[in-house]
Amino acid sequence: MTVPEGAASVAAPAYAPPLLRLRGMNKSFGPVHVLKDVDFDAYAGEVTALVGDNGAGKSTLIKGIAGSSPFDSGEYVFDGRPVSVTAPKHANELGIEVVYQDLALCDNLDIVHNLFLGREVTKNGLLDEAAMERRAQETLAGLSVRTVKSIRQPVASLSGGQRQTVAIARAVIWNSKLVILDEPTAALGVAQTEQVLRLVRRLADNGLAVVLISHNLNDVFQVADRISVLYLGRMAAHMKAKDVKSNQVVEVITTGRAEGIGGITNGNGDLV
Amino acid sequence: MSGPVMKVATEPVATEKPIGNPIVAAAATWWARVRGGDAGSLPALLGIIVLVAVFASLRPTTFTNAFNFANLIHQAAAVIVIAMGLVFVLLLGEIDLSAGYTAGTAAAVMGIAATRWGWPWPLAILACLVTGAVIGTAIGLLVAQLGIPSFVVTLAAFLALQGVLLKLIGEGGTIAVRDGTLRAINNNDLPIWLGWVLFAVVVVGYAAVVLRRGARRRASGLAYEAIQVTLIKIAALAVLLGLATWWLSVERSRNPAVTSLKGVPIVVAILLFLMVFLTFVLTRTSFGRHVYAVGGNAEAARRAGINVGLVKLACFTIGSTLAAVGGIMLASRDNSISPSTGGASTLLYAVGAAVIGGTSLFGGKGKILDAILGGFVIAIIINGMGLLNQPSSVVYMVTGLVLLVAASVDAISRRRARSTGRV
Repeated sequence: MTVPEGAASVAAPAYAPPLLRLRGMNKSFGPVHVLKDVDFDAYAGEVTALVGDNGAGKSTLIKGIAGSSPFDSGEYVFDGRPVSVTAPKHANELGIEVVYQDLALCDNLDIVHNLFLGREVTKNGLLDEAAMERRAQETLAGLSVRTVKSIRQPVASLSGGQRQTVAIARAVIWNSKLVILDEPTAALGVAQTEQVLRLVRRLADNGLAVVLISHNLNDVFQVADRISVLYLGRMAAHMKAKDVKSNQVVEVITTGRAEGIGGITNGNGDLV
Repeated sequence: MSGPVMKVATEPVATEKPIGNPIVAAAATWWARVRGGDAGSLPALLGIIVLVAVFASLRPTTFTNAFNFANLIHQAAAVIVIAMGLVFVLLLGEIDLSAGYTAGTAAAVMGIAATRWGWPWPLAILACLVTGAVIGTAIGLLVAQLGIPSFVVTLAAFLALQGVLLKLIGEGGTIAVRDGTLRAINNNDLPIWLGWVLFAVVVVGYAAVVLRRGARRRASGLAYEAIQVTLIKIAALAVLLGLATWWLSVERSRNPAVTSLKGVPIVVAILLFLMVFLTFVLTRTSFGRHVYAVGGNAEAARRAGINVGLVKLACFTIGSTLAAVGGIMLASRDNSISPSTGGASTLLYAVGAAVIGGTSLFGGKGKILDAILGGFVIAIIINGMGLLNQPSSVVYMVTGLVLLVAASVDAISRRRARSTGRV
């Protein structure tokens, strides 16, 4: 297992600096100003939910973080260092992985092949299948994944939840520090949603910073430590999940106004 | 004995249905795969068995004799090699309609170099391969960089190369192949002893590879098929190849006093080499893995950092270069190159061979062995129908039907895989 075990116990006391710290991020597509001075933090060992209505700028924000569609301006600080992320490669090098909604798996390849797609382990220029299979087993075991029958079965034969699991395992297999999950439960049934949410929680408990994008507030409240609400390209509120109720979050999502709700923090992460 | 059995039992698939005998267990797993839509080489193998049985009963003396067996191999060689190249292109989910005339054009370049300019044969073959590679690179660039559908690009190349071939050879003419080595490639045989050496190398090599892989995987605690299954596979290969080698070592000349005809055809060694080498490239290298990934989900491959354009370019280049090798086989067999070399049904037979062998037209599924098995199915039909004195019309219709059946098997197994694959 590549993720430090036991990190959960020391994870994210309130004063710990965020692993990812964005300040004043802007992004425009032509005349459309999609992100306006957005601040965002993600903490190691915590699940930060990023919520907002359609068109609020969630996807634009994560594409900026992942470097696939870089920000126009703003301060991008990762692990305490200001960094420049202008390509997905830069984000990967920092330890940032994104699991997109469509998962991007190759159905015709087996689980091991998918986990190492594009980053195959080689020995003397040849694929080292045994090493890859061992590491795949370790990673899946580290995520307490027991539902998969054989890691040599093609991904086409897996259920939706299992496919999501493979995609998440691929994100954490390379010592990643920050994992961004885009609507991981959108297409899943009740039992599989449960299974994936448990996995999301486990990632954070293993010490990773997790950013969860979801429309489903039940999911959000089940696993998230913090909730950030985007409203029409602005960051409307940051809050701690334990301090707020679902209907309050809905209000922020729909109106963009966070006045009068307890537990709301300002852009610096301090409680108001 | 109990060691390997235990290993099978630790594989999660096998624990579901505990079956004591590892051979039965392996057979059950295999059958489950076939039923799940992954028929592999089964349809092609069944096809070969049925066709051989039919033709052998209809023409007991002429079809099964050693002469015809060797003839069959010579007939199949070019189609098989072109089909091997097409496997790379089909794996991407693309098509190369120009492979036949690429073979013809490359062969014409070889013929001109060897016969008209008097180049030594290695240089002539090199010129032939370079011609194929250049054609493939051009097609690959147009498909990968400009994004033109491969169907259109290669249809254009099909028409254009037909013209190039005609231009190179001259209207109505032919280029004779006089070089002894070039003629020998798809006409002559290895000495008897060398045929048996080849047999031994293949069987021992195969055994060494699978036994070593099994031992390594078991040593590092990973699941692998039971040792008994591996041994059965090795034994089956040894028996099959042994019988073939023996049958090809029989004197098959009608008049041995004048010319002796015996031994494994040289082209068999070339086919075996290509199969081992290309299978190795597809299964044991990162590049091969990327080919399957691009064919399975190009967008996923792109996001995983794979240079999709480069993989496509490489596959088209490999495909056309192998087509050029097929061109050498055609020219060698005919001792000449004509404007129809690589034309007519060559391409369709090659596509048919790959698909009949089990390579999917939808991309992402296929292997080099498919080209060999499918190529033999096609060659047996053409050869057997010829012996039955059937007119070309019937041969074409039957071949078309067989291709249709193969494509249906592909489509049905794909649907099955979808319905059974996803829980």
